[in-house]
Amino acid sequence: MAVQKGERVLSRRRRLWIYLAMTGLAVFFLFPLVFMFVSSLKPDGQILSDVGGWRAFLPVGDISVDNYSGVFDRVPVGRFLLNSVIVTTVVVVAGLVVNSMAGFALSRMRWTGRGVVLGVVIATLIVPFETIAVPMVYWVTQLPTLVFENGWIAYDFGWLDTYEVQIIPFIANGFSVFLFAQYFKTIPTAIDEAARIDGAGWFTIYRRIAVPLSGPAFATVAILTFLPAWNQYLWPSMVVQDEDLRPVMVGMQYFFQENTAWGEVMAYTSMITLPVLVVFLAFQRAFVSSVAASGVKG
Amino acid sequence: MTAISSPERRAASAAPGPVSRRKTRGDLRSERRAGWAMAAPAVLLLLVFLIVPVVLGFVLSFTNARLISPEPTSFTGFDNFVRAFTADPTFFRSLLNTFAFAAVVVPVQAGLGLVLAILVNQKIRGAVAFRVVFFIPVVTSIVVVSILWKFLYQPDGLINSFLDSITFGAWQGTAWLNNPSTALAAIIVLSVWQAVGFHMLIWLSGLQTIPGELYEAARIDGAGTWRQFRDVTWPGLRPTRVFVLITITIAALGLFVQIDVMTQGGPVDSTSTLVYHAVRMGYRQQQIGYGSALSLVFFVLVLIVALVQRFLTRDKD
Repeated sequence: MAVQKGERVLSRRRRLWIYLAMTGLAVFFLFPLVFMFVSSLKPDGQILSDVGGWRAFLPVGDISVDNYSGVFDRVPVGRFLLNSVIVTTVVVVAGLVVNSMAGFALSRMRWTGRGVVLGVVIATLIVPFETIAVPMVYWVTQLPTLVFENGWIAYDFGWLDTYEVQIIPFIANGFSVFLFAQYFKTIPTAIDEAARIDGAGWFTIYRRIAVPLSGPAFATVAILTFLPAWNQYLWPSMVVQDEDLRPVMVGMQYFFQENTAWGEVMAYTSMITLPVLVVFLAFQRAFVSSVAASGVKG
Repeated sequence: MTAISSPERRAASAAPGPVSRRKTRGDLRSERRAGWAMAAPAVLLLLVFLIVPVVLGFVLSFTNARLISPEPTSFTGFDNFVRAFTADPTFFRSLLNTFAFAAVVVPVQAGLGLVLAILVNQKIRGAVAFRVVFFIPVVTSIVVVSILWKFLYQPDGLINSFLDSITFGAWQGTAWLNNPSTALAAIIVLSVWQAVGFHMLIWLSGLQTIPGELYEAARIDGAGTWRQFRDVTWPGLRPTRVFVLITITIAALGLFVQIDVMTQGGPVDSTSTLVYHAVRMGYRQQQIGYGSALSLVFFVLVLIVALVQRFLTRDKD
């Protein structure tokens, strides 16, 4: 952040207090995670005996990656990770395409019904997923699906236990459409008109002009859709029973319910936390500005 | 950035400005068609996976639908709502728990978030690093957080050991999550811990919209730290304040994952919440109709909160 001119330099005493407060808070926010990572390297007995002192936060004693290999031996966690990666990737990428096209059409083009569609898109922002989760389970059991039977394509009903049920409902997102529309609006419309005169179609204008100029909007929407997609829990826990299609978060909850081996539980939670943490630390500036952008939601 | 303003109005100003070049009829027709074509995928998906479920949820609320049932579904009028408010003590308990949770989490999370924002907004070295640290729990999955804290709250877990050592053994240790009088409070602590960093950033972007000249003027007038906060910072944060309070309230009313992972609503329903109960009845017990009715109650609460926001921001823009 820029230092505003005329800003008074803080007194040394005051600065000391601020550092003290921030350090105390940093300990509060970090201690559970440090404990988690450290404990994932220790045998169960040592986790419990270390808990009373500083050793709980230090990788000392009988350190190994046995808990990690234990998790892999017990459950197909590699498969769970793959499922989550597939679901998250498709949701984010397809979401960028679908929502940015809609945002473009809503902010830069004139067509009948535009106002109504815009109103509906904004109205969807007020609906939390929890309010439709239960009827949605019923709804997806009624949806038609193509199946292969004895070499023939037939159709059947019900989307339970599929990838599509984890992906398709989450591609379109009213808030993403809104953010894209807001961003595209800032690109001068004269560019569109010049391109039209040169004979470019609307899709070409979107693809060749609007998209390349909107990197920050794409980054923001990607980050804001990545986290909830990766963290999906309520929905897959209802519609996916098949272990082969289970995402990591649901897989972890099953693992947690069936195991009291804390070392392995901590290894599992560390394993799925670490990648997100690394991505966050690498792109923390982008994360921060995405969240600030989400502040326009209302 | 003004953190909040009516989205309709702002998006409406997104309309293309007056057209400088005269468009032919063909141009307009192709624009109309292209516009629809490009909006169609998102519109269709929102229709099928958001608007239909909302309408369906409303309709199912007045039926006895079950997920798998040999008997046909029939309309039962307000039976589900009558049952919820008169014959389902768990629902009533869940409603109270949800309100209690929101009543504590909203002020605590908003207040702590503001404190964090003011701290990391100071012009001192390392402020960015602290901002990153305070935000780390937000990128940690709430499922992971719930499992982790469940271990911390164990009778022989970290928190009891810590209390034991700072009280020199006077603390007897308690099973935080198994005790009806402490379970909800325990869940409140970890919920705030996980989410407060998000609102710190929202507050921070609000703080950064306040011009530095205002503080300078206040200082020249002899205002101390507290006066500056009361007379410059606080009024300057008005739009941010409404946004933060509303988003925390809606999120708090939707409390689910922590309950599902840590307590399953127990002990003796002391942590059951509205959404948890709706999922339990609607999905686990397969009473889709009743679960939809409970979800509708939650939706009505969210709508009320949204209307309050409208009311609070009505004179803006």
